Amino acid sequence: MRQYFLDLAARLDARMRDGEDYQCWLEAESSDFVRFNRSAIRQPGHVRQIYLTLTLFDGLRHAVMTMALGGSIDADRFVLDRMVATLRSQIQDLPEDPHLLRATEVHSTEHIVPSRLPETAVIVDAVLEAARGHDLVGILAAGPVYRGYANSFGQRNWHETASFNLDWSLYHQRDKAVKASYAGFEWNSAAFETKFRDAVGQMALLQREPVSIPPGAYRAYLTPAALNEILGMLNWGGVSEKSLRTRQSPLCRMRDESMQLNAAVTLSEHTAGGLAPAFQGDGFIKPGRVVLFDEGRLAGSLVSPRTAKEYGIATNGADANEGMSSLELAAGTLPLQRALAELDTGVFISNLWYLNYSDRMNGRLTGMTRFATFWVEGGEIKAPLNVMRFDDSLFRLLGDKLLGLTREREMLIDTDTYGSRSTGSALLPGALVKDFTFVL
Amino acid sequence: MSTTLPDSIRSLFRSMAPAVDFCSLRLVEETSEQLAVRQDVLQPLSTGIDRGAMVTVIQGGGCGYAATSDMSASGLANALARARRWAEASAGRSIVDYSRIPLPRPEGRYATPASPASLPPRKELIDLLMRESTTCRVDPRVVDWQASLWSVSTSQLYLTTDGADVEQHFRYLVPNLAVTASDGSDTQTRSLGGQYNGYCRQGGFEILEQAGFHGAGRRVAEQALELLAAPNCPSGVMDLLLMPEQMMLQIHESIGHPLELDRILGDERNFAGTSFVTLDMFGNYRYGSELLNVTYDPERPEQYASYGWDDEGSKAERAWLIRDGILERPLGGTVSQARSGLQGVANARACNWNRPPIDRMANLNIEAGDSTLDAMVASVERGVLMDTNLSWSIDDSRNKFQFGCEYGRLIEDGELKGIVKNPNYRGISATFWRSLKAVGDRSTFSVMGTPFCGKGEPSQVIRVGHASPACLFGNVDVFGGA
Repeated sequence: MRQYFLDLAARLDARMRDGEDYQCWLEAESSDFVRFNRSAIRQPGHVRQIYLTLTLFDGLRHAVMTMALGGSIDADRFVLDRMVATLRSQIQDLPEDPHLLRATEVHSTEHIVPSRLPETAVIVDAVLEAARGHDLVGILAAGPVYRGYANSFGQRNWHETASFNLDWSLYHQRDKAVKASYAGFEWNSAAFETKFRDAVGQMALLQREPVSIPPGAYRAYLTPAALNEILGMLNWGGVSEKSLRTRQSPLCRMRDESMQLNAAVTLSEHTAGGLAPAFQGDGFIKPGRVVLFDEGRLAGSLVSPRTAKEYGIATNGADANEGMSSLELAAGTLPLQRALAELDTGVFISNLWYLNYSDRMNGRLTGMTRFATFWVEGGEIKAPLNVMRFDDSLFRLLGDKLLGLTREREMLIDTDTYGSRSTGSALLPGALVKDFTFVL
Repeated sequence: MSTTLPDSIRSLFRSMAPAVDFCSLRLVEETSEQLAVRQDVLQPLSTGIDRGAMVTVIQGGGCGYAATSDMSASGLANALARARRWAEASAGRSIVDYSRIPLPRPEGRYATPASPASLPPRKELIDLLMRESTTCRVDPRVVDWQASLWSVSTSQLYLTTDGADVEQHFRYLVPNLAVTASDGSDTQTRSLGGQYNGYCRQGGFEILEQAGFHGAGRRVAEQALELLAAPNCPSGVMDLLLMPEQMMLQIHESIGHPLELDRILGDERNFAGTSFVTLDMFGNYRYGSELLNVTYDPERPEQYASYGWDDEGSKAERAWLIRDGILERPLGGTVSQARSGLQGVANARACNWNRPPIDRMANLNIEAGDSTLDAMVASVERGVLMDTNLSWSIDDSRNKFQFGCEYGRLIEDGELKGIVKNPNYRGISATFWRSLKAVGDRSTFSVMGTPFCGKGEPSQVIRVGHASPACLFGNVDVFGGA
């Protein structure tokens, strides 16, 4: 695939006329997707897709086109020629773009993790064997993922990994389930069996009679997965410089009024520690780390090239959507094994679900508990909790309500498969909070 | 975009398809163009041409698929071989014996009806967007604004080795406009049909007129400023009058998803969730008050998710899902119907060539009632009118919800009063629809939809349509901002 991409770029180099130049972004994968329900196969299949996004520049005029390609340079070179011709005709209708910022310095990079994956059928066999006698539902995605960037200046960036991501739930009944995942670059049967046994162990707790609690404020422990849902809301225009500048970020008050979060909160976009490519769609290289919250203070934002040009500031290689793809929250001091004891009496929340802003500018969030959420008394899990809706302030949950972050952190690999398999990840601890507000 | 699909793919598929229990090919070609003007600056012109095919093989009870953007003979051969391998590998280990499910063998053609007004050239469209954009900045407190137009043409071909041959051609248009006003620590955004493209329809340039796009810049900007000056929505239990731009979301989340048969069968429990609805409820469960009438309607030509056949080849025909408040039928395609033993509808749909069909809600509409808007307002002693979805959250069984809107107005003693900002409400699906007190007549009816319904593993974002009148609910928990 890498040589095919280089051949595409060479073809584009040869098609440029005087005054023209280009950039292109390749997004491709060859993925097995196997869907399970009730410990049986629901939909197994394979998707092989190659998309090329080509931008043609003529001075400050430019136009973008994305096409699906077949994967053979002999056939696709003619498709490229048609793309160039179409973009050339479009540009004539377009004005100059005052917010165009180009990556003109050449920074070529290459990151290749050769496939060490077994045949996907081997993983499927292991999953079905383990799931026998249980009610398992979920998805296995496996195979190589490719990202490439090239431009007229000679920059070439290539990112290639082959990974698997098994994301599953074990159900007890109705909506009571344990959620688990196992992802990586090399399948390890023993590691999978350990994770599966852990999930089965938690199932025993779900078999107790579930309880409901009245709306109100409760102490709560949020696992890394649950906390990730809350921090993920910062990708809805939170840490985006454009959203801050246009007064649409929920973090505006942190910038305007120097409002601070708890000093334990240090949040970064940590590309060097994540799985996403270190280059973005316009060819800018991402720094290893961009600190967003530093000990509770808003210390930075994600600045795309377009935002940088519009507001006359420097870009930090952010994607066009100015969202985190390699989130990292600094560890705290609470030993994970003390989490239940420190919670004492309250709610242990394994997963949150379907978050949204109920009052964006005041940082108010709502969402639901999901999967294995438990009522805890005296540091002991008593019973599964029926789903509850929370509505609380981001500023307070990460501010005065935050009692501690765990010393241990968990690496969560994004399971998102909308359009293509995500390369996102999050490394973060669990959180102990007080007065977590449930409303329904 | 071609209006006919190449015969070469037909002959190629039929010459290469293996001798198995069932084999189909679904080819999708899609061209798209996005034009946007933000703060009077044309954003990068973005066009797309997507083309690929999915083949599905059923053999020995197993079912496998393979999708590829390589449309050469070797690309198709590889896909057929992979699909067959997955079918054979899953035989005897699948959730259902797929070989026992009779699949339709349709033949025919469907197309979005010819439009009375075709799209003008791109340059004129850019000028149109620029004109609306330049009218948005009516006040220095207007800090951001954007006008956009997204056009898509999609062609699909569905073939099976036993003779199915269906061509479908669709033209979609999605106009949008949003204005953000800010003062101090408060910011309010008002939009045309919602910030997530509620005015999405099939057809041509006439959709802009239908959506009220012409002249919207100034109007929407003034409403954003009105919201900025408005008090927060009050809190309390009161009547709630929902306009179609919010009703579409209410229908989508708390009727559409719970009635999807694959959710009820458990397929989505790891991701999109399950449903509070169970198989035994159909035919007897009181979903809402007797004023609630809900249809699956793929036959309304201008609606976003109208089509002739679904992606399993079933003929799409209008059906009642809820009649006089009683639950009648789920949203489930041929495979789900076979698994459940229930009669469903033709709604097994895939978002593109690279994802397999699953149960989606397509067009899901509330039938108009007989109340005028004035009569509904007059019947309210204390309540709030809410319009245009802004925030949405619901539990994985699609029961406990909390939704927010862009725009609210107080209703007191039977009269519309002042504007309120940050209007929200929460409830439980299983009881909310039973509090339906009045359903608006045709004069309150509007055809809406969204391009962004997410579901499935692997995940899919698909087009859905929701048409609804204004509806009045009693005893709803309403609240405002912090």
